[in-house]
Amino acid sequence: MQDEQHPDITVDARGATCPGPLMDLIGKVKTADAGTVIELQTEDNGSKKDVPEWVEKAGHTLLDTVDQGDYWSLYVRVE
Amino acid sequence: MTERIVIVGGGTGGTVLANRLVDDLGPELDAGDATVTLVTDSSDHVYKPTFLYVAFGKRSVHDANRPIRELLPREVDLVIDRVEGIDTDGKTLSLRDGDTLDYDRLVVATGATLVPEETPGLLEGGHHFYGPDGAEALRDELAEFTEGHLVLSVVGVPHMCPAAPLEFVLMVDDWLRQRGRREDVELTYTYPINRAHAIESIADWATPILEERNITLETFFNVESVDPDAQVVETMEGMQLDYDLLVAIPPHTGDPMVATAGLGDDGWVKVDKHTLEAAHADDVYAIGDAADVPTSKAGSVAHYEAGVVAARIASSVRNEPPTAVYDGKTVCFVETGMDEATFVEFEYGRQPVVREPSQAIHWSKLGYNETYWLTARGLL
Repeated sequence: MQDEQHPDITVDARGATCPGPLMDLIGKVKTADAGTVIELQTEDNGSKKDVPEWVEKAGHTLLDTVDQGDYWSLYVRVE
Repeated sequence: MTERIVIVGGGTGGTVLANRLVDDLGPELDAGDATVTLVTDSSDHVYKPTFLYVAFGKRSVHDANRPIRELLPREVDLVIDRVEGIDTDGKTLSLRDGDTLDYDRLVVATGATLVPEETPGLLEGGHHFYGPDGAEALRDELAEFTEGHLVLSVVGVPHMCPAAPLEFVLMVDDWLRQRGRREDVELTYTYPINRAHAIESIADWATPILEERNITLETFFNVESVDPDAQVVETMEGMQLDYDLLVAIPPHTGDPMVATAGLGDDGWVKVDKHTLEAAHADDVYAIGDAADVPTSKAGSVAHYEAGVVAARIASSVRNEPPTAVYDGKTVCFVETGMDEATFVEFEYGRQPVVREPSQAIHWSKLGYNETYWLTARGLL
């Protein structure tokens, strides 16, 4: 599958047990400049719910969620 | 040709690895076919879990330290200096005193450093128990704290010992009750994501306990700044919370030379999560907090990773195919009060089952703290 997004940073959280995909994403967002696009790669089905919920609460933007077959790519723009 | 193995870092990972390499490569070391050198900038090895107990007056900072020379076999060449640069093409390290050190195989075990200054106001407004000075200052503050709002906030992501924030809040609850002060202290525990802990099964176990102990849980709480004068924390999610005593898990960073050497961002070395070999350089490995793997920054992880890297290096030195792999094994004790504890163990992709807390597990944890010095020597 050809992604239309062009992330500045990719966070590979596949297989992440602790602290997990959302914590990995938050860690990157905290140090990223506004406008940075981060791709979060996750196998955790829960991320599809947790990540959008946090992104909205923290005022960032979820650009897309792409099913890559054995994992998902969630694209977040830091605002 | 002599295979020069150099370890950078004298924490749990580096120390266990040096011991394991001597065990695994005895004949090669005796024959002069291999050497093991450990470079660290401190003559003391520090067992960081001690600091949690320092905050409650149960241990002293002195208990956390031992001379590293005592923990290393005589075959290990110990260099007390700071590595300031890694040239992975030339396979050379530059040291603070101006010397250089060549290697054939390098293991980065440089750990994590606290950077509270990354969060505005945190240094002035918050306490912590992640280092000797912080733990002693918190001990003194807690001794005098009789009433008000105590907030335990996980600010740093990622941070060392993911169990410690929950441990602290459950211990301080018990500690205050034992002193008859709990009625006058409001306790709040804040966590960055939408539950009480990163691991779902631990969060599910902890949430009713927090409720039962009357500890308020705030989730999706990522501290952006602290106002030390007004005693207020502000979050990325737009929340404000007043405090009288703020105990924070500070932001962490890895060694800046990791990024300079092109080994990874944020000071964490990008590695294969099973072989622990660096993604961006040949013959370089990383273990412990410095390795960017999808599990906890915890002593047990450093310990198990050290065993894997020792075995892989030993195989390579003997021209055998390396087969040892790290499966993400992590073991954490979790104190649930001043006299009870539980523990969890898990691997990549598997949730732990949380056992019923007991006094026996608490004693095991205290026993482990004493026998840790054997672990560091690779004996346990």
